[in-house]
This record gives sequence, structure tokens and C-alpha cells, in this order.
Amino acid sequence: MRIKDKPNGPAAAAVLAGAIGVFVIGVMTALAAASDAVGNMLRWVGPVGPLSGKTGLGVIAWLVAWTVLGSSYNGKNVNTEGIVRWSRVLIILGLLLTFPPVFALLGNVFK
Amino acid sequence: MSVSLRELWSVFHGLIFGSIFLLAFAGGLAGLYSLKPEWVTVAGLAERIRRLMAGTWVMALVAWATVISGTYFIYPWYRAQPPEGADLANFPQSLLLSNLETAGWHTFAMEWKQHVAWFAPILATTVAYVVAYYGPQLAKEQKMRRTLLWLFVVAFAAAGVAGLFGAFLNKVAPVR
Repeated sequence: MRIKDKPNGPAAAAVLAGAIGVFVIGVMTALAAASDAVGNMLRWVGPVGPLSGKTGLGVIAWLVAWTVLGSSYNGKNVNTEGIVRWSRVLIILGLLLTFPPVFALLGNVFK
Repeated sequence: MSVSLRELWSVFHGLIFGSIFLLAFAGGLAGLYSLKPEWVTVAGLAERIRRLMAGTWVMALVAWATVISGTYFIYPWYRAQPPEGADLANFPQSLLLSNLETAGWHTFAMEWKQHVAWFAPILATTVAYVVAYYGPQLAKEQKMRRTLLWLFVVAFAAAGVAGLFGAFLNKVAPVR
């Protein structure tokens, strides 16, 4: 069986977009902890509270990033090493920003 | 013997959707790790890829079902504010926060779980898409396969934190 090579652009776009999505969830979590005004703006669905806006924005950022990056990288080969490195950084930052002691600390510092 | 609607949703959310995701992870991880040209025959590679594609898409869909049911069905019952003089046993968040010894279950466990859980469907969908995009070529793409393994592990860890704390919270202050 002969495997036809596909360019890595679409795959790299998907990875980076996923990382952007989870990073935005982290940033929104920290911002909501730091500012009551932001927290209130993120109450998209009343019974769910700010969680609806934090995760909703993360999902929107993910889909928008995927669409934009996917169309720019479509049919191209890109430097996956740099993209993977940045993706890891964004995911680790996202994880840190959703860790309660971290976002509570940021909330106390900036409130 | 009876189960309330809220308890039934909790069972679907944690025991059925969440468990399928966590259980399927081992199969997906083994499938991705062992997808090396030198380890599989040509016929075996095609069969492996079909299985891996099906498995990763099922995982992604189940992860979405888990976070959506948790966030939009169960969480509103968890965080509902009790009316004056109500029995706090029916209002888990207020019950936990009413006692300093249990407050951490909300301020740490629930706060972490509800946010980090959303990493799982996003990253699982990314993995499923890339597996479907490359198909058999993924066996040759060593760097991308390593990246997918890493994303897969992070998605599992996020789901694991959510599942573990969800199980504890359901013991300490169940949604009834």
C-alpha cells in the first residue's frame, strides 16, 4: 500500500487552535477571579453563572483559531516544532490558570 | 427503589459518559503509541487506523457529552441558592460552604474540576481530527504522533481530575 503524503499544515493548525482554546479558558478563569465586572459579563447562562462565559469563550476562541489557522495553513507544510512548542506553553499556562490556588492568588492581587 | 431525575443525570454524566472516556483512553493510548511502521503490517496498519479513528471520535463525542451534561444540567442544581430556612442537603454548594471543614470541596475541588474538565473535549477532538486527517500516514509522522500522545495524556489527566473530584463531591454533597 502506498501512502500519499499530506502536508502537515492542517494538523498543526488543529493542535495550535486546541491549545489556544484551553489557554483562553484559563485566562477567562483568572480574569473572572480578578474582576467582579468580568465575572458578571461572563454570566451568559444565568443558572450556570460565569462558567458558561469562560468555557463558551474558550470554545469560540478554539473554533475561530481553527478556522483562521486552518485556512492559512491549508495545503502547506509548516514548522511543526515551533507550533508544538507554543502549543505546549499555552496548554501548560491554561492548566496553571485553572488551578484554584493560582487563580485565587491572581484574584487577590488584582482585586 | 427509586432514582430522581437529578441522580439519573449524575449517573449519565459521571458513571456512563465519564467512565467510557476514561476507559477508552487506555485503548487509544496503546493504539497511538504502537502505531509505528516497523511494528505493523500494511494490512494491520489500515485496520489499526480505522479502529483508532473510531475510538478517538467516540472519545471526543463522549467528552463533549460529559462536559455539556455536567455544566448545563447538573451544575445549576449544584449551585442553586437555597431560599431562607431551606434544608441545605438539597443545595450542595451552599451545604459545602456552610462549614469551614467542607468549604474546600467547593473552593478547590469543584472550582478546579469545572474548569479543567473542558480541556478534555477540546484536546480529544484535536487528537481525533489529526488521526482522521493523516490516516495511515500518521505511522510515519513520529513527531506529530508524539504530540498527539501528549495531548491525549493531558486530556486524560483533565478528565481524571474532574472524574475523581466528581466522585468525591458526589459522596460529600450529592446532587439530589
